[in-house]
Parts: sequence; C-alpha cells; structure tokens
Amino acid sequence: MARILPEPTPETQHFWDGARNGELLLQRNKATGEAYFPPRPFCPKTGSRDVEVFKASGRATLYSYVINHRPRPDMGTEPHSIAVVQLEEGPRMMTNIVGCPQTPEALVLDMPLEVVFEKVSDTISLPLFQPAKG
Amino acid sequence: MKQNSVAVVGAAETTKMGKIPDVSVIGLHADAALNAMKDAGLNPSDIDGVACAGISPVELAHYLGITPTYADGTSVGGCSFMLHVRHAAAAINEGLCKTVLITHGESGRSRVGAAGWGRAPSSLMGQFEMPFGVTSPPTMFTIPVLRYMKTYGVTEEDLATVAVVQREWAAKNPRSSFKDPISVDDVLNSPMIAWPFRMLMCCLVTDGGGALILTSADRAKDFPNKPVYVLGTGESVETPMVSQMEDFTSSKAFRVSGKKAFDEAGIKHSDVDHLMIYDAFAHLPLYGLEDLGFVKPGEAKDFVRERNTAIGGKLPMNTNGGGLSYMHSGMYGMYALQESVRQMRGIAPAQVEGAKISVCHGVGGMFAASGTVIFSNEK
Repeated sequence: MARILPEPTPETQHFWDGARNGELLLQRNKATGEAYFPPRPFCPKTGSRDVEVFKASGRATLYSYVINHRPRPDMGTEPHSIAVVQLEEGPRMMTNIVGCPQTPEALVLDMPLEVVFEKVSDTISLPLFQPAKG
Repeated sequence: MKQNSVAVVGAAETTKMGKIPDVSVIGLHADAALNAMKDAGLNPSDIDGVACAGISPVELAHYLGITPTYADGTSVGGCSFMLHVRHAAAAINEGLCKTVLITHGESGRSRVGAAGWGRAPSSLMGQFEMPFGVTSPPTMFTIPVLRYMKTYGVTEEDLATVAVVQREWAAKNPRSSFKDPISVDDVLNSPMIAWPFRMLMCCLVTDGGGALILTSADRAKDFPNKPVYVLGTGESVETPMVSQMEDFTSSKAFRVSGKKAFDEAGIKHSDVDHLMIYDAFAHLPLYGLEDLGFVKPGEAKDFVRERNTAIGGKLPMNTNGGGLSYMHSGMYGMYALQESVRQMRGIAPAQVEGAKISVCHGVGGMFAASGTVIFSNEK
C-alpha cells in the first residue's frame, strides 16, 4: 500500500522543496530571530509577516515517542516509532526515528539525533531522524 | 457566566449502550434526545435551542422536528458537550432561547451511518503528522507521555493503577461494558498497542449517546426531576497537532479551562465532592488532576496510588467507570456530564453520599481542546 503523503500548500511548499533537496528548512521572525514550525507566512508569537526561511542544522534530541505495535497498512508490518524531536533551533516536529532498533532500550529520551531524508515520491521526501553519528 | 443561573432539567443516555448494530448515528442522537425529553417532561415543540457535535445541529433539529432560535455546532472533539453547556448557559442568560437540547450519538463500534476518520493531506496535520504513521488516538494521544513519565518519575505501574481503580468503580455500575476486577499485572500483561500503552490503558470503543436539556434556574423548579445547577464553566483550545503542544507534561487547554471554571464557580478545590476527568487513556486523569490544580505537577500518580480517587477516597473520580471501563463511543464527554448530573441528582449507581459539587472536565482531540463544567445541586 502506498504511503500516505503530504500535500503541500502555497504556505508550506518551501519546506517540501527543501526536503526534496535534502535540507530541513525552518522559518524565523527576522526581528526576534525566533524560529517556528510548522510553516506559515507570519510569526505565531507576534503576528509579524517579516519572516524568513533558513536552513536548520538538522540536529535534534529525542523528546517523546511511542512504538506503534499496530502499524498503519502503508507503514509495513513491524512495530515502529512515532516520535517528536526537539530541534536545535527550538521548534519540535513529529517524525520517525530510523537507523536503530525500534525498542525502548534503543530509543532513549534526549538522545542526540540527526535528520535524514527518505524519498517517498518524485516530489516528497520525508524528514526522518537517526541517532547522531560521531 | 452567572453562577447558578441555568440548570440541567433533563438528562439521559441512549436506551441501549455498548454494541448497538441496529441504530445509526442520528438514530442514537434521537434516542438519547427522546429519553432526555421524557425525563424532563417535554416535547420537541418545547425545545428552542439545539447543540450537537459530530452531526450538524441542522440535521438534529430537522430530524426531531425542532424549530430553534439558537443552534450550536461547536465540534472540538469529545469535550464539545462541555462547551455546549457553557454556550447554552450564555444563550439562555442572554435571552436567545429558553430551553436547549444538547445531544451526542456515536456508532463508534458498529459504525452504522458513521463518517470516516481522517485528515485532509493538505492540512497541517496531514502534512506534518500523518506521514509518520499516526493512525488514531492510541498513536497520538499517547505521544507526550514518555516525556511526562521521565519528568516526574511516573511508571507503567502508575498508568496501570489508573485503569485498575476505575474498574473498581465500573463494577458498581450495571451499565458498564467491563465489570470484572483487574490487577496492575493484568494491565501490564494486556496486548501492547503503542509502547508504553497496553490495551487496558486505552478506552473502549462502543456505541451509544446521551442528551441534556438546560433551562433557566427560575424555570427549573417546575420540572419533574431535581434541577442540577451550572455553577461555573470554562473552555479553551490549544493545537490540532499533539506534536505542537507547548508542554508535554501539562495541557494548556486543561489549565485555562479549569481555572476559568473554578473562578466562575467561586469555589475551592476542597469544596469539590465528585470529579469526572475524561479518560480516553490512562494518563489523562493524571494530567487532569494536576492541571486542574487538585494536586501539584507530578503528584497525581501518588494521589491515585494512595486511593484518594477510589471508592471511599476523599475525591471520588470517574465513578461511572470512565472511558476505560464504562463506555467510550468516541466523544466521551457526554457520558462524563451524565454521570455528574446523576451524582448531583443522587441517583448514580455508585452514589457519593451527600455530594453537592461535581467538577466535570473534558478533553477534545489529542489535548487539542478542553471544557470544564462545575455542577451543584444547591442554589
């Protein structure tokens, strides 16, 4: 079964274009420098439209997660993580942790992670996270 | 709202509960509505305000033959009915209508005439949560919990204890789906759903419904049953995406809604005789006890383990058995309200003797929304 994919909107297109090119793009308020997510053309703290897109470091820590033992049909048959990561720049985002066993022992809160992109269609690559190397 | 200016004068659940394969969603709304009207001694022509979630108030009004001057379709998940009560109180006080019918009906298990579950792939949730495999509440409502557990040293046993205590209450309720006693080990040995959540830490999936009828306190004395007054109310919303909750150890919507309700009611926590906290999952009563201010952050696990919320405890909670053991059709808030009303009328199967104030706190979505209603049986 084909994986359920996001449909970008004009306000989020840059994020998915970035992901396709292997870049995790966030936005920030130009006056305060505060980063935010998910994408929108204004700062959710102040309402200012004076914002810019920037490339995030891709570094994060594991904030919280579950291991889904009843995967959705498009997600395969093995238990897998559904996680929220704390990005170095401040915002949090949902993702999957890959590149390690999907067990409580391997998935330790606050462990360092780095972004990897999984190409799932010609236009969509999903930002996933793996244990940080080095 | 003005304290005690509005009262519940009719309250009922669907005739049957649990598995109802022969009634559709709108049929459940109507069954509950007719039962509540009978309870209040009213006919559809006596109702001039309608509110419901899941279906449109237009569908409800037309199906029941009601011509309302007030319609509320607020649909923010399982606590929508708490918001309906709050809005109805304001509407009645403002003279928009006199008598409001609030209904819930859901074919959660049998799916007769039920709409599908899903999010548009272009919504923010569709773009930034759905692609990672979230399915339904068991994989979303649960996501903050490991952070909560790490922050406050909460264990899987603590989560299991919530379910065990609620089963004890359910055993006293003839209409409960599950009545057999369970132990912490039973919960921890039940099938894994989404670690750290096991099946018995998750709510039931059932069919059912309920309805409430509210009118002004001045008129309430003329109805067949003891009026249950609305002492205070609160509501708030936070985020449609659980991943974007501000704090994974506490719900902002709970805190805002709860504080508003307590402020409106002008009561202290020690005044509360009975408490309902919407328990779609075992962690919700823990968050609720803390966010409503009954205990300090991190103390709820001990409060429950020490049996303060159990039979004979100082703060009886979820006395119908809750969403974990009584019933949960999808939007459980209506059943929590029904139990608060029964307790205030003095007719609950597990009646808390002498209870005068009941706090009923609901959640909508995955910590997306919240509504709180404080009832009293004294004016």
